[in-house]
Amino acid sequence: MVDLTTTFIGITSPNPFWLASAPPTDKEYNVRRAFEAGWGGVVWKTLGSEGPPVVNVNGPRYGAIYGADRRLLGLNNIELITDRDLFTNLEEIKRVKADYPDRAIIVSLMVPCEEEAWKAILPLVEDTGADGIELNFGCPHGMSERGMGAAVGQVPEYIEMVTRWCKRYYSKPVIVKLTPNITDVRKPAAAARAGGADAVSLINTINSITSVNLDSMSPEPSIDGKGTHGGYCGPAVKPIAMSMVSEIARAEATAGMPISGIGGVTTWRDAAEFMALGCGNVQVCTAAMTYGFKIVQEMISGLSQWMDEKGYENTTDFVGMAVPNTTDWQYLNLNYIAKAKIDQDLCISCGRCFAACEDTSHQAIAMSEDRVFSVIDAECVACNLCVNVCPVENCITMEQMPVGAVDPRTDRVVDKDYANWTTHPNNPSATAAE
Amino acid sequence: MPADMLAQGIQTGRLSAEQYDANFADLHAPLDDHEALVAADRCYFCHDAPCMTACPTDIDIPLFIRQIATGTSDAAAKTILTQNILGGMCARVCPTETLCEEVCVREVAEGKPVLIGQLQRYATDGLMAKGVHPFVRAETTDKRVAVVGAGPAGLACAHRLAMLGHDVTLYDARAKAGGLNEYGIAAYKSTDEFAAKEVDWLLQIGGIVVNQGVALGSNVSLAQLQSDFDAVFLGMGLGGVNGLGLDGDDKDGITDAVDFIAELRQANELGAMPIGRDVVVIGGGMTAVDAAVQAKLLGALNVTLVYRRSRARMNASVYEQDLAASKGVRIITNASPNAVHGNGPVREVEFEYTDDDLKPTGQTVRLMADQVFRAIGQTLQGEGLPDLEGRKIKVSDTGATSVKGIWAGGDCAFGGDDLTVTAVAEGRDAAIDINANLMGGVT
Ligand SMILES: Cc1cc2nc3c(=O)[nH]c(=O)nc-3n(C[C@H](O)[C@H](O)[C@H](O)COP(=O)(O)OP(=O)(O)OC[C@H]3O[C@@H](n4cnc5c(N)ncnc54)[C@H](O)[C@@H]3O)c2cc1C
Ligand SMILES: Cc1cc2nc3c(=O)[nH]c(=O)nc-3n(C[C@H](O)[C@H](O)[C@H](O)COP(=O)(O)O)c2cc1C
Ligand code: SF4
Ligand code: SF4
Ligand code: SF4
Repeated sequence: MVDLTTTFIGITSPNPFWLASAPPTDKEYNVRRAFEAGWGGVVWKTLGSEGPPVVNVNGPRYGAIYGADRRLLGLNNIELITDRDLFTNLEEIKRVKADYPDRAIIVSLMVPCEEEAWKAILPLVEDTGADGIELNFGCPHGMSERGMGAAVGQVPEYIEMVTRWCKRYYSKPVIVKLTPNITDVRKPAAAARAGGADAVSLINTINSITSVNLDSMSPEPSIDGKGTHGGYCGPAVKPIAMSMVSEIARAEATAGMPISGIGGVTTWRDAAEFMALGCGNVQVCTAAMTYGFKIVQEMISGLSQWMDEKGYENTTDFVGMAVPNTTDWQYLNLNYIAKAKIDQDLCISCGRCFAACEDTSHQAIAMSEDRVFSVIDAECVACNLCVNVCPVENCITMEQMPVGAVDPRTDRVVDKDYANWTTHPNNPSATAAE
Repeated sequence: MPADMLAQGIQTGRLSAEQYDANFADLHAPLDDHEALVAADRCYFCHDAPCMTACPTDIDIPLFIRQIATGTSDAAAKTILTQNILGGMCARVCPTETLCEEVCVREVAEGKPVLIGQLQRYATDGLMAKGVHPFVRAETTDKRVAVVGAGPAGLACAHRLAMLGHDVTLYDARAKAGGLNEYGIAAYKSTDEFAAKEVDWLLQIGGIVVNQGVALGSNVSLAQLQSDFDAVFLGMGLGGVNGLGLDGDDKDGITDAVDFIAELRQANELGAMPIGRDVVVIGGGMTAVDAAVQAKLLGALNVTLVYRRSRARMNASVYEQDLAASKGVRIITNASPNAVHGNGPVREVEFEYTDDDLKPTGQTVRLMADQVFRAIGQTLQGEGLPDLEGRKIKVSDTGATSVKGIWAGGDCAFGGDDLTVTAVAEGRDAAIDINANLMGGVT
């Protein structure tokens, strides 16, 4: 029987699904209901320093892009950190944690980049009994203009410095949340590690403008005729987030560092994929904002069923399993040769593969008078585009050519040995094969 | 059941006003914006799309659906109307189940086609509601063309000719333009005076003079038209009807289905439309189904459609047959009428069962009938017409007849299915050919 209990940097929760720091975790009322719904943990909506709270805009703060039937694919927001009083939040955190000792509560923090500011808030957080803190170095709008959030997250030295302060003035685990609005995410991750962080979490939202109103000529969401870039999240950002996660999981300077995966997690499968790439757990925001807290039930049942089917007993059994298979392009096996193959029984003759291949430089699909579509092996480079555009799942498959067969495109015999670009004769800086 | 449904004989007012309204409402409610987006999203934008090939007017279906999906349904309407100026009516009356939607790859794969017809209606209705006519007439060529018949074929031909700059004079024998769109199509397919509105909208192109109540043969001769005009297009449909060929065929209570439908279509008040209690419709095509369904909707208690061959041979599509069945019409097949009974008006019709080759089996059945509709086919009427092929006017691919300067299309011309959309395609193509001829190959 599968046990989803997950211990992440020493913090145990009944499942690996945490709510990310965001509106769903902004207050006691929400968090209690999230726990009742089954969430394993929450990262409380980011708290700021003592004093008058920030103010949010009073107009729309979200923009969106949609797929079919208005399925929300991407969301962006221009919301700031919590706009509620610090002490109200701290009291609520304390109460909830006392009532839900088995759930993880992490307090997200963003205060000015001064030691005094951190020194002031950390004892207050410590007193709530929460399980740890997460440093919000990621918020791309509103706060970075004030020298916080992404403005810090883009400077590795600041990350290291602030992390160090936190480890000094706070006794429990420190997670550093990374911004994706940076060229090389490994640098801030390494800085976090150097500062003593227990883990990184990523990604925060991506700078974005989701749409422009073509009547008012204002970006959306529009406040009195003006818009600004907001933070992009939801299913659309998952590929970007997973790539960044994999970079950190693979890099020498950060390998083995605990990662909490965030960015577009919407189903159990998304979570499993992040975890396979090295995340000890995942955090969810947009999916909960879109569908409500109840979706965690599908995540729990789905992950359990899949783990059962695969024979995994604990999440640690599969965390990181895809990391060794994530490599650089130059190490991919150039002697691996495949051809597209169309299953004529499944094909519905829509011709999309034909249009795609015909207009995409390969011309490897033939179309007969009576709309039978077939792959011309002598032209197929196995690019996979036809598979991607075919509306019927598994109708087109990539079939590996057996060793010893002749590739009709190149007239070359398929080699049994692995050979990559680093040794390829066309590569001017190739090293001789060992 | 309202008591009035039980009253014997041909009676008016069998139903309440609300029942009439409900029965004759739009067969398919128009798609709203969201439904249209969802429906449009199902289209795969097929390469060399089969649906497009199946459309007699070659509408670029994947393109117009994509235009709807991207929020530009007026552009979609223009895509449709460029090929088919009666795209609005066709969206309502085309048997899509045997045309575009039958071959839609999603019909083939899942039995659920993209709703091409309804999407077409969504786009064209939207544009027409704005009163926009998206085409402009070319500079006048001073060429004059006579078009006989203001049905789908004549209207499509006239519009395309006018657009190309020719001056068109339309002649139609009836009081209103539209042909069977106005007088024949089932009431629940063309509600709210759509046929008339569409004609008005179509005429906005300009350059078309309409003469209603002028019949070729009685009010004007073909020779006259040939001498007065640079070209003539014949689109007068099929004015005659086939008889049963039985004694008593002319008894009171026995009429042509097309006349019944025309009367119904023109009725101001459905409650004033008389209908029998026991209605028998003879025939197996679209006309028979429409007559039977509408008889039922008018409150007839028992409606039986009797066809002499098997179901598979019926011209009415399976969809139409199912529609009839869902409205409570009983369909009897393999039965051929062989006698009409009744002292005075009709009381019963006697049928003999036949096999698929129409060989009589010797077994008979009598059906109670206080009203009988003949729906066994229409015929071409008129003398001195160009050469015929079978019982229709012989035409080339582009509608040219045996007489130079005369073209024909629609139901009166040989070839093609007798459908609104086919008539539109033939009228349009003839116009293009007429233009090529008049302009000496310069189009
Ligand atoms: C009851 C019924 C239901 C139908 N339902 C459908 C349907 O749901 N879907 C579909 O696609 N098709 C349907 N059809 C077929 C469709 O209506 C015809 O194929 C189409 O209307 C043919 O167009 P047309 O222009 O050739 O002829 P018509 O529509 O018949 O128009 C001919 C015009 O010519 C005029 N005319 C006739 N003789 C003369 C003359 N001597 N001088 C001047 N004018 C003349 C007539 O008044 C008429 O206006 C139906 C037909 C019938 C009878
Ligand atoms: C298969 C593929 C190969 C590409 N190769 C290049 C390239 O060689 N050079 C380049 O500048 N951009 C390249 N691009 C990026 C595109 O030019 C374009 O910037 C990008 O796809 C975003 O545009 P789009 O998603 O709106 O199409 C490539 C994109 C794809 C999908
Ligand atoms: S894999 Fe690429 S090249 Fe091969 S048939 Fe498919 S689209 Fe064409
Ligand atoms: S895209 Fe798929 S379904 Fe369509 S023709 Fe190609 S193989 Fe067949
Ligand atoms: S066949 Fe169906 S899916 Fe393909 S283009 Fe036509 S409507 Fe769209």
